[in-house]
Amino acid sequence: MTAPFPTRKAEAWRYADLDALKSVWDELPGAETITLAKGEARQQVWIGDGSPVGVRTVQVELAAGASIDIFALNTAPQYGRVELDVAMHEGAHFALHAANIGGGKATQEIVTAVRHLEPNGTSRQTVRSVLAGTATGSYLGKVAVARHAQKTDGEQSVKAMLLDRGATANCKPELEIYADDVKCAHGASVGELDPDQLFYALSRGLDPASAKALLLEGFVLQLWDEVADEAQREALIEASRAALRSVVA
Amino acid sequence: MLQITNLHATVADKPILNGLTLTVPAGEVHAIMGPNGAGKSTLAYVLGGRPGYEVTDGSATFMGEDLLAQEPHERAAAGLFLGFQYPVEIPGVSSMQFIRESLNAQRRARGEAELSGAEFIRLARAEATELGMDVEMLKRPVNVGFSGGEKKRAEMVQMGIMRPRFAVLDETDSGLDIDALRIVGAGINRIMRAPDRGALLITHYQRLLEVARPDKVHVLAEGRIVRSGGPELAVELEREGYTELA
Repeated sequence: MTAPFPTRKAEAWRYADLDALKSVWDELPGAETITLAKGEARQQVWIGDGSPVGVRTVQVELAAGASIDIFALNTAPQYGRVELDVAMHEGAHFALHAANIGGGKATQEIVTAVRHLEPNGTSRQTVRSVLAGTATGSYLGKVAVARHAQKTDGEQSVKAMLLDRGATANCKPELEIYADDVKCAHGASVGELDPDQLFYALSRGLDPASAKALLLEGFVLQLWDEVADEAQREALIEASRAALRSVVA
Repeated sequence: MLQITNLHATVADKPILNGLTLTVPAGEVHAIMGPNGAGKSTLAYVLGGRPGYEVTDGSATFMGEDLLAQEPHERAAAGLFLGFQYPVEIPGVSSMQFIRESLNAQRRARGEAELSGAEFIRLARAEATELGMDVEMLKRPVNVGFSGGEKKRAEMVQMGIMRPRFAVLDETDSGLDIDALRIVGAGINRIMRAPDRGALLITHYQRLLEVARPDKVHVLAEGRIVRSGGPELAVELEREGYTELA
């Protein structure tokens, strides 16, 4: 990559594992671009390839009335980053459904900048993190609404589940709104497995690891409900299950 | 089948059970009644192995094995079923998946073959029908959006599918209307009335006991059994209240 190596002083890199990043920096491809023409619709599925470090930087340009649903599963065992910059024109729709699932010392992050440039756009970001060991999972999401992008409707829902005391979640939904007639909602929560749910599952015969994995499936797998391609949906479900199994083990 | 001797238990260091002794032989259904705060639910949770319920003295054996030494999931595999007073909601996990994975975990632990998807669905459908529950409800997340009565009925469907050796049912009758009570009571009889099974019904009211006729009724007060008798004791309690006994 030819860009200057980032520092933690930049907000978007504040929680990054820069040592891990350094190890792959020279081979990193530049930002991918996804450009959707007027009225075009697409679903995009990203599943980590299993390598210890995975960094994906994507610029998305949505023309008027274009619609994209991105489904991203971030399970890189050392450092995983999905960074999106989304430029939205009149009436465009952007949806991100993303999960961080990490244990050990993993650092995983979803970093988004969604720019509503014109009126009537809708954006939906749903991020779920499951973190064990001393893993860190972050969502840094900025929604920017330009002055004339009236009737923008943006939502950010961010939830994290911490399985161990040493795990960390950073949830930072951020709004920058210059228009005066918009609807932008955001919610963030960090919690742990509900002991009542856990005991209920144990009392039915599930061993502790299976019980936890099942409850966490309930927390994560709904993200993939809207994947239209059945094979891709199954692949996401299977990869999520495997990742959850490994963090509760 | 279930033998509890001089059981003492605390919750958050507060003594709740104070020397409870109770035996339920195979083939029998017993009822425990008692005022609020007597320790009824604590007894159910101690038998189920819930964290936070500390046994400080005494013993409990289930089919000859030390129950208290087992983890909650091991107790389930051994054949103990705990019917919850407040069945828990699990968003995002369908009842079908939850019950099937639980049942197969039990079967694996017992060295039995797992049920296939088709076998399980047949079984679930049959049990739901017996208990007057639309099988479609089992495709929804566990207990989510169910009324109080539906949750209790769903507990009985789980019990019917799992066919435990022994059921501890904690206020399974609360929240049920008269018709549901009759269905649930008949379900308890159908599922748990057998020479090699048994049940302990924890209840406030005599209504359930009119349908699921217990062999013995015990009164729990201040953490121990203060009186035992036949089914007529439940009628007497309904008439006289607990005040005389405390």
